[in-house]
Amino acid sequence: MAAPLPYNREDLASQPPSLFPAYGSTVKRAPSQAPIAIPHTLTETSGPTGTWDRLMGPAVADLTRQHGGEPIGERIVVAGRVLDENERPVANTVVELWQANAAGRYVHGKDQHPAPLDPNFTGAGHVVTDDQGRYRFVTIKPGAYPWRNHANAWRPAHLHFSLLGPAFATRLVTQMYFPGDPLIAIDPIANAVPPGALERLIARFELGVTEPEWALGYIFDIVLRGRRATPMEP
Amino acid sequence: MPGQTPWQTVGPFFHYGLIRKGGADLVADCHDRRIRVVGRVIDGDGQPVPDALVEIWQADAAGRYAHPDDPDHRAADPSFPGFGRSATEEDGSFRFLTIRPGRVAGPGNSLQAPHIAIGIMARGMLKRLTTRLYFGDAPENVDDPILALVPPERRDTLIAKRDGDAWRLDIVLQGAAETVFFDC
Repeated sequence: MAAPLPYNREDLASQPPSLFPAYGSTVKRAPSQAPIAIPHTLTETSGPTGTWDRLMGPAVADLTRQHGGEPIGERIVVAGRVLDENERPVANTVVELWQANAAGRYVHGKDQHPAPLDPNFTGAGHVVTDDQGRYRFVTIKPGAYPWRNHANAWRPAHLHFSLLGPAFATRLVTQMYFPGDPLIAIDPIANAVPPGALERLIARFELGVTEPEWALGYIFDIVLRGRRATPMEP
Repeated sequence: MPGQTPWQTVGPFFHYGLIRKGGADLVADCHDRRIRVVGRVIDGDGQPVPDALVEIWQADAAGRYAHPDDPDHRAADPSFPGFGRSATEEDGSFRFLTIRPGRVAGPGNSLQAPHIAIGIMARGMLKRLTTRLYFGDAPENVDDPILALVPPERRDTLIAKRDGDAWRLDIVLQGAAETVFFDC
């Protein structure tokens, strides 16, 4: 059998290290030994596809309409494309989103931030990209919230994104930030990303995505690992 | 060429976004060939990691993936998703109900031993770690082309042991018994 075409490796100029001591929780959770490079076999180049309803349930694209009333906060549209490094759209792949509410509080039993829950906001959704790799959510702009990493530490407002892509090797979990947020520059999680790549996590305000008299629009394009043109391993 | 979007930690509050009822059950409990795959995620202090997300990806019982890369994907078991997620409990434990996968082609003309690909994410982990589970009683492990890339003294960290009706493999993030993680 012909070997499957491998995907590009993790780009060290783009990806954070496992160990980043300014983010204190990495210190005991990062491996001390280097990962062992393995060739991509069918296991790494395949992944779940086309069974999203079964794995994830029906799509939830509008997080402001999951309850009886409207959630508190600034309504936003977050849209973009999922591409690979070869600029090809990643079609029919699931995009999952979860986030805090406008007050910076998660619907999670372990979140102890004393900010109010919103009975009209859960903050979780998922959609499948179209044939051009496009996705679109309507949600509420999340609030910043404190955490205990260091004195007076606050996470910048962010959305959590999870993507599977076409293969086990293309998995991506990331966070989207908002332009102009002064907390980004002092956030150790964001700044674990190598300089130059961090800007890829900051959405762009876009009037063309903004819905008149309804919701501000942001563009967040996501780039998954691309496939190499030849089967040669380096 | 656009650059890869950077990873960020999954954080401690992913459960309501990513975990769905039954998502760790790739087969029904009454499936005649079902196995349990269990273990714990352990940190560098030997403490359980109670907020990890463990994902698995595997072939069906005949070694087929329902994915176009597999030349035999049309013959793959349509009832088997191959993918599962389990959030760890307070004691760091995860659990899946699945089946033992068949052999999958490896590099060249090789065949791989039955294996399950594993991804681990958590608060304090800026990006996913990947590893594999092999079965302790599989004679095919001896000439598995991926295990052969692992120093012999560390291969045990990838080999699950029988524990009653389960296969058990702990994932040690750091330290003397550190699991082998892959750059894949």
